Amino acid sequence: MRIRTAGVVALFALALAASGCGGDSDEPTANQSPKAAGGKLVIWADDKRTAALKPFAEKFGKENGVTVEVQAVSKDLQTNFVTASQQGSGPDVVVGAHDWIGNMVQNGAIDPVQLSAEQKSAFNETAIKAVTFNGQLYGVPYAQENLALIRNTELAPEAPKTIEDLVAQGKQLKAAKKTTETLCLQVGQNGDAYHIYPLYSSAGGYLFGTAANGDYDPKDLGVGKPASVEAFKKIGALGEKGEGVLKRSISDTNSIATFTGKKCAYLVSGPWAVADVKKANIAYDISAIPGFAGGKEAQPFVGVQAFYVAAKGKNKALAQEFVANYTTTPELAVALYNAEPRPPALTAALDQVKGSDPDLAKFQEAGRNGQVLPAIPAMAAIWDPFGKAEAAVIGGADPSSTITAAGKTISGQIK
Amino acid sequence: MSTPLSGPGSATQAPGRGPVGSRPPRSRAARDHAPITLTGLAGKVLLLGLTAGIAVWAAFPLIDGRNWAGLALLAATTAGLFYLYLTRRHIPAKYLVPGTLFLIAFQVFPVLYTASTAFTNFGDGHRGSKDEAVVAIQTSSVTQVPGSAEYALSIATKGDPATGSLVFLVTDPATGTVSAGDTGGLRQLDAADVTVAPGGKVTAADGYTVLNFGQASARSKEITDLVVPTAGGALRSSGLSRAYEGKAVRAYDAGCDCVRDTGTGQTWTADNEVGAFVAADGERLAQGWKVNVGLSNFTRVLTDENISGPFLGTLIWNFAFAIASTGGTFLLGMLIALVLHSPRMRGTNLYRVLLVLPYAMPSFAMLLAWRDMFNADFGLINNMFGLDVDWFGQPWTARMAVILVQLWLGYPYMFLVATGALQAIPRELTEATSVDGASPWQSLRAVTLPLLLVALSPLLISSFAYNFNNFNAIYLTTEGAPFPADNPTNGATDLLITYTYRLAFGGQGAEFGFAAAISLFIFAIVAVVSTVSFRRTRKQEEVYS
Repeated sequence: MRIRTAGVVALFALALAASGCGGDSDEPTANQSPKAAGGKLVIWADDKRTAALKPFAEKFGKENGVTVEVQAVSKDLQTNFVTASQQGSGPDVVVGAHDWIGNMVQNGAIDPVQLSAEQKSAFNETAIKAVTFNGQLYGVPYAQENLALIRNTELAPEAPKTIEDLVAQGKQLKAAKKTTETLCLQVGQNGDAYHIYPLYSSAGGYLFGTAANGDYDPKDLGVGKPASVEAFKKIGALGEKGEGVLKRSISDTNSIATFTGKKCAYLVSGPWAVADVKKANIAYDISAIPGFAGGKEAQPFVGVQAFYVAAKGKNKALAQEFVANYTTTPELAVALYNAEPRPPALTAALDQVKGSDPDLAKFQEAGRNGQVLPAIPAMAAIWDPFGKAEAAVIGGADPSSTITAAGKTISGQIK
Repeated sequence: MSTPLSGPGSATQAPGRGPVGSRPPRSRAARDHAPITLTGLAGKVLLLGLTAGIAVWAAFPLIDGRNWAGLALLAATTAGLFYLYLTRRHIPAKYLVPGTLFLIAFQVFPVLYTASTAFTNFGDGHRGSKDEAVVAIQTSSVTQVPGSAEYALSIATKGDPATGSLVFLVTDPATGTVSAGDTGGLRQLDAADVTVAPGGKVTAADGYTVLNFGQASARSKEITDLVVPTAGGALRSSGLSRAYEGKAVRAYDAGCDCVRDTGTGQTWTADNEVGAFVAADGERLAQGWKVNVGLSNFTRVLTDENISGPFLGTLIWNFAFAIASTGGTFLLGMLIALVLHSPRMRGTNLYRVLLVLPYAMPSFAMLLAWRDMFNADFGLINNMFGLDVDWFGQPWTARMAVILVQLWLGYPYMFLVATGALQAIPRELTEATSVDGASPWQSLRAVTLPLLLVALSPLLISSFAYNFNNFNAIYLTTEGAPFPADNPTNGATDLLITYTYRLAFGGQGAEFGFAAAISLFIFAIVAVVSTVSFRRTRKQEEVYS
């Protein structure tokens, strides 16, 4: 008797639970058969971009009778996107850096975007080049960024023409006890390939050669070649056992703070540092990173932020409409600039904000001769060994054996 | 881990089991008369209802994915659970099943999944199936036919907006003529029948319903899949308002199991051993697929000199780090606990609060703060003590630094557990030793310490296992530095886990299969160490109890 009571009550609860969950599962089923609603677009971006995108996404949704959801993924956006895509739970559009393209393409996570020649010509040429991979355009760029030399104009009124100028001026300031460091260029215990690259390129080194179609060629690795050894000899001469300009103790955590603390007159950094510099009330100016006297130009890496269409999104047509025809408007680019001041990739948008922010033009000028950050998957194998070789050479290790070993490690990791 | 832990416990209970075992007749009688309380019944109904709810919730994706085996397993498990808790029999199983289910879900399944991944090449570039790779290769090779026009596009249908077959209404920018296109090709429409907006977009056409964005986007997949054949290639949609004439340059040919480039004629043949399309000259297409690679991940660990070369040195340092971290924190924590345990000590509560503080702070933030404190030029430690030590630049100072950080982070835990264990030791025992004329040191060595170790040994072993794989302690401080100038893959403070993380994820994309193989090796090492330690602990307990 009692067993039956318990059984009946349990079955009743089961029915309740099932109906309750049935209510929950209405939503996903509606998504899977979107005939009921007008269609939905899901965008993944990082925190800052999400806030800037929201009003525009809502406007796009309202104008077109669709729902647009912007979801913030604050950590490891690329990895999360690739994994979620593979499982079929990814977004329709993703926003991120252009050097993700290689990895996203090899995982079949993004589709090419077709822009008309007219649309393409509205963009900065470098930005278009950056999102082109294997001859295909994979994203719509909206902002670009590169390193430049930020200097404290109270301490150093003149922009240095060469690294040697900079070192001489920095040493004078140090001797006069006005500063404690010559140059704030972040190195860190394990090096920083991105920040040292301008000097490396000026001294004659390169990472990858260029293939026939204009892409980087992973088979032509420049690290470990004689030119790279020569370049690192010059970098080593500026290191701890040499001039003491480059130091492992200056790292990503303290380089900007040391500059804003007026302990160094020169800082090598990007647009993201300007907010801190302004807050510290430092009179500053921005110029191109100088090269070695008699060497080549110092080429910073140019990185581009872009919108991508997910290959496994549920609403690809709408995603393509949004990316190809909506993100190419200057209004959106200006809003994204206001969220974080990086130079817009749309020429019209750049012209619009240039007047109120002279730094933008200076950063762009500093990156004019820059090199597009390689987006090929092989680039992932460069960062770590190259950085460590840099740190070792700056710490006083022999450039020749160190760089040769780094080149060997890198080529061993490239498939 | 929980199984060996309970080992000694159940062994000590063994003598008491006799009477329990002889009780069944009485307990069955008791069970029949056991009152069913309302709370008990409500709890049972609630939990079973929850089980049913979860089962229903989990069933939908399984049905969607047509995973019938999974669905059958789900149904069988749920039915089994209902049977078990609605019947009055199988009392022991009622207690054992929940724990077993959780053990399977959170321990056994991940271990089996890791083990099965270790035999594949799962990783970046090899995530999906071969079909997915083929689709990705073909879609990413669609290019606009050189010199072809860009069309303004409207999506339309002759039938119902939600179900009728779709038609592309495209306007030629040069001539302004409007055509309707479907899988059969393009047909020009009479200019009188269509209304064209200034941008070239068709807003209305006789006989067609033009879909708005909302209606069109609801049929997104059909639009993306609709290809209108033309002379030069095919008309495809680019979003919902533009169309272009595009052509897939690369196509898969099932006959030769290869991908052929129609432009250059080059072919890439499928290599099912490596999971990629490979050309005759060895060039691979980027999009590969997941294949079974057998033992090659394991043999790579053993035969690749870059990996096996520094393995032994890293293993020795790994043991040293785990032993020093565990032993150091234990000694320090226990000493402080002993001091504060002394009845003559005043203000012990205040001290205890202060001592536990490092434990209350998030270790992530603390590790980063310590990293900055060890900075050679700007760090607090060098500045405060007037030192000029390049802490993370030399192998031995870096090793000392990470152990010091571990000591600071870990001693409060040991202090807490040692305090608890000390309070559980009856004071009579130590008093008895002093009556017998033992010195405090003798009483500590002969009575307190052994009793303390009985209680803390399992914790020390688990702490050792934790520190053996303490990824954050290294990765957030030195990142393995310093590295020898000629070997950027293995640093002086690298643990096996940080070293292998770099190997598996540092190169060209993540290699989950390889990472899984290495983690199985580490699992084997930790399991052996733990088993041996627990064996010894059990012997020790038998001596003292």
